[in-house]
Amino acid sequence: MSALTQLTIAEARAGLRGRQFSARELAEAHIAAVAAARPLNAFLAETPERALAMADAADQRLQRGEARAMEGIPLAIKDLFCTEGVLTTAGSRILDGFKPPYESTVTAKLWAAGAVMLGKANMDEFAMGSSNVTCAHGAVENPWRRRGDNRPLVPGGSSGGSAAAVAARAAIAATGTDTGGSIRQPASFCGIVGMKPTYGRCSRWGIVAFASSLDQAGPMTRSVRDAAIMLGAMAGHDPKDSTSAPVPVPDFEAALTGDIRGLKIGVPHEYRLDGMPAEIEALWQRGIDWVKAAGAEPVEISLPMTKYALPAYYIIAPAEASSNLARYDGVRFGLRVPGGSLDEMYENTRAAGFGAEVRRRVLIGTYVLSAGYYDAYYLKAQQVRTLVARDFGAAFQRCDVLLTPTAPSAAFAIGEKQDDPIAMYLNDVFTVPVNLAGLPGISVPAGLAADGLPLGLQVIGRAFDEATVLRVAEIIETAAGFTAKPAFLAGGG
Amino acid sequence: MAVIRGSSGDWEVVIGLEVHAQVISKAKLFSGAATDFGAEPNTQVSPIDAAFPGMLPVINRYCVEQAVKTGLGINAEINLVSVFDRKNYFYADLPAGYQISQYTRPIVGKGKIRLDLADGSTRDIGITRLHLEQDAGKSLHDQHATLTYVDLNRAGVALMEIVSEPDLRSAEEAGAYLRKLRSILRYLGTCDGNMEEGSLRCDCNVSVRRPGAPLGTRCEIKNVNSIRYVMQAIEHEARRQVELLEEGGAVEQETRLFDAGKGITRPMRSKEHAHDYRYFPDPDLLPLRLDANWVEALKRSLPELPDAKKARFIEQYRLSPDDAGVLVAEQASADYFEAVARGRDAKLAANWVMVELYGALNRLGLGIEGSPVSAAGLGELVDLVIDGTVSGRLAKEVFAAMIETGKGAAFLVEERGLKQVTDSGAIESAIAAVLAAQGDKVAEYRAGKEKLFGFFVGQVMKATQGKANPALLNELLRKKLAG
Amino acid sequence: MALDKATVAKIATLARIKLPPSEQEHLAGELSTILTWIEQLGEVDTAGVEPMSSVAAMELPMRNDEVTDGGCREKILANAPDSAGGFFTVPKVVE
Ligand SMILES: [Mg+2]
Ligand SMILES: [Zn+2]
Repeated sequence: MSALTQLTIAEARAGLRGRQFSARELAEAHIAAVAAARPLNAFLAETPERALAMADAADQRLQRGEARAMEGIPLAIKDLFCTEGVLTTAGSRILDGFKPPYESTVTAKLWAAGAVMLGKANMDEFAMGSSNVTCAHGAVENPWRRRGDNRPLVPGGSSGGSAAAVAARAAIAATGTDTGGSIRQPASFCGIVGMKPTYGRCSRWGIVAFASSLDQAGPMTRSVRDAAIMLGAMAGHDPKDSTSAPVPVPDFEAALTGDIRGLKIGVPHEYRLDGMPAEIEALWQRGIDWVKAAGAEPVEISLPMTKYALPAYYIIAPAEASSNLARYDGVRFGLRVPGGSLDEMYENTRAAGFGAEVRRRVLIGTYVLSAGYYDAYYLKAQQVRTLVARDFGAAFQRCDVLLTPTAPSAAFAIGEKQDDPIAMYLNDVFTVPVNLAGLPGISVPAGLAADGLPLGLQVIGRAFDEATVLRVAEIIETAAGFTAKPAFLAGGG
Repeated sequence: MAVIRGSSGDWEVVIGLEVHAQVISKAKLFSGAATDFGAEPNTQVSPIDAAFPGMLPVINRYCVEQAVKTGLGINAEINLVSVFDRKNYFYADLPAGYQISQYTRPIVGKGKIRLDLADGSTRDIGITRLHLEQDAGKSLHDQHATLTYVDLNRAGVALMEIVSEPDLRSAEEAGAYLRKLRSILRYLGTCDGNMEEGSLRCDCNVSVRRPGAPLGTRCEIKNVNSIRYVMQAIEHEARRQVELLEEGGAVEQETRLFDAGKGITRPMRSKEHAHDYRYFPDPDLLPLRLDANWVEALKRSLPELPDAKKARFIEQYRLSPDDAGVLVAEQASADYFEAVARGRDAKLAANWVMVELYGALNRLGLGIEGSPVSAAGLGELVDLVIDGTVSGRLAKEVFAAMIETGKGAAFLVEERGLKQVTDSGAIESAIAAVLAAQGDKVAEYRAGKEKLFGFFVGQVMKATQGKANPALLNELLRKKLAG
Repeated sequence: MALDKATVAKIATLARIKLPPSEQEHLAGELSTILTWIEQLGEVDTAGVEPMSSVAAMELPMRNDEVTDGGCREKILANAPDSAGGFFTVPKVVE
């Protein structure tokens, strides 16, 4: 194991350009770490040969002085991103054996920026979950453990494999996707930084769709600076995605000025949930104090629709998913379970190919869209969505960013909350409203719970104002001085 | 209005048509794959058309323009904001498990199409809406004993679904409606109207009722692929429903298929699951907003359409409504006619086009585009008739030769010596020769048997191989016979 | 709303997911719980509120009518569980 796996993107970038080590050395260290991380089940596919080939190409670039933004940086790629010729399953049996004949726009941009692919990260099946226990190929383990308790914990989800890999030092960074919190919540559970950009900032083209109006790709890193660097490489207008925003990508790293004086930081009082652990309340207050100390001004604001965001989300997301997942029918790719008729073949294939949570959501989605129920459920949820977005609009009249906890709890044990889908859904209570409103949000590790597990704080910004979000997040990161490391370190301690 | 006479009284047939018209475009509605007909299976398929994971639709601007043009061509409201919805159902040739279509907010709203009825009157048929949607792929059920083969070349091609009000009252009206709609689409260049290749497909909603009674239960006959079949299917379906009702039965709302071989409709064998399409706005697409000025500009750029052209032909060329109707049915025929008529006797031109040209093209099985005689060529011939170079009778012979050889009229008249004789000396000598040879007939004529005049004309014509100018011949002959 | 087994079976058919009768009871309970929880939305007054189907505050982009894709049958068929003669194949459908 090597110190090379401890580096952030920014540090590795400096080391590569300063010839302190080569991209190949960096890749080799991480390939070994990926192998060492197998007990976590964080990877569905490892691509060491590709990693080395990409690293060699990066070394040539570096030698010629033509290094790009992510030159030689080894990444884990959430299995939701289609990668040309590389197994892509969305964590589902129904995509058994699927090798896409195309590369997602976001991963293509990362490769074009010089990044190196280590493999495909495990995830909740079709990104539906907050625990990574719904993966078809086994649960992912969080590299963290509670103090004095060796029970395996969930890494959060759905980008749980990505979060676990980054936390365990098996990858410098990873891609994630966030539909209701799937980047920010696992980042919080695993003690890393996870950013969901504004809807439309990163192209959805080539990302297996869960809920199209909510899905957004983003970086999962070990520092805010890394998130800024990586987001810059992932973002940008894509004419192949009709919802991709035709707006320029600012230099996010340059936005990290360390100066937030005069900024107004909104604190939504509806986020003070009954029964939320006191240590999360306390952490939140510490965060408020940090930004205040840095010269920003906390303001109490109100998001009255908070309570309704989650149920609205659990109509909209399953509805879109029920339609998005109709293409998995055993005809053109993936699993086929034979049947006597076409319909029987469909029913057998989809019963065998989808796990329990996916089936549950597809059925809910089918129901809320069906004749006679559309207005009562789907239309109502879309109207509530409008109100949720208006809440944020009103809040941003009074402040520049919002500061909240990322999740109402730290990581829980594998097996906990399993039988109660709603208890599981509540994990996303602070993250879901951000997706409904399409806003950028980031989770920054801000401290440890009493049992030694990481907790994150969330910064939410105006649409396309990731720069301010990142700037505030870096202040929190610096103030928190989070240096704790998980119990399991694939890349050595 | 046609009625069906049943044993218990009269029945009225009520028909509404849903036409799927394939938009003329190079690429598909939401993908960059080609749309050509007849390509090898699955060679015009993009991962978007095959609904591969993560693939997203981006709309083809030209297809939108085509739909708007069509809307303008059927006198319809253009909706400046329309929405694409997903229509969810499972089928082997529907790769995504949903069709991108327009449900509550179509791009085109209410319009109308004018029918020219056999008695010379017209009737307006209401258009409910026109919306843009994707076509499905093609399932081939007869290639294998236990398998259906699926070709996705057609999947994703842009369709305009044009829905009529239930305003049609007979199979003939339905036929006339389809012919008119096809004519408009072809004028606009928005659909080639080729029913054999499936670019125009028709679903017929048929019900019957006592005249004036509320609408009866309807059956939908799916995917009928020629105008003749549409008429047969409606005819059969209406009679079937009347018989059923007269026997005391009830019509069941269902989807039926037309069996062209037997000329009957039958229920679809695959009893589909109760339809529940779960429409909702496609989250991969945003509402389609059109610029009013752009729509205005399109409107100004529309070609003259059949109704307007017909009115103009009647007015400008003094044609009968029937003749004008025939000439404007196809843009190419109308253009051809106008090229022949320009600066000439329009009625004569119309006659030549409709009688001689159409007759010849029919015999040869050619369309006007494939005519061996160009409009300029026919014009040249008409000129020769008008200026007396060739007689009307011989002109037909010249025309036949033009069709056959592709040579010009003047050249053929010259080559074959068909030029009309207008030299009075030559005609006079021919008359003299005939009268000399027919001395007794001349005597009879002069004794009062004036009917014989025609006989003498015939003889002189024969002597001149038909080339004598008839008017001159008549004048000189009359003079000669008068002594 | 409480879903009964028949409704669950109907939705499963619509969604083309085979559901053994033994699972219907259990799922009916689970889905009913979720739906009941969702129905708290009924408390929100949404009269006259525009439904939001997308947060993207932009115009629908359009592309030009150019052939830029297709002509890649091998790629399109490569992942198919079964194909023949350039076609995808499925169990025979009778119309
Ligand atoms: Mg229809
Ligand atoms: Zn249609």
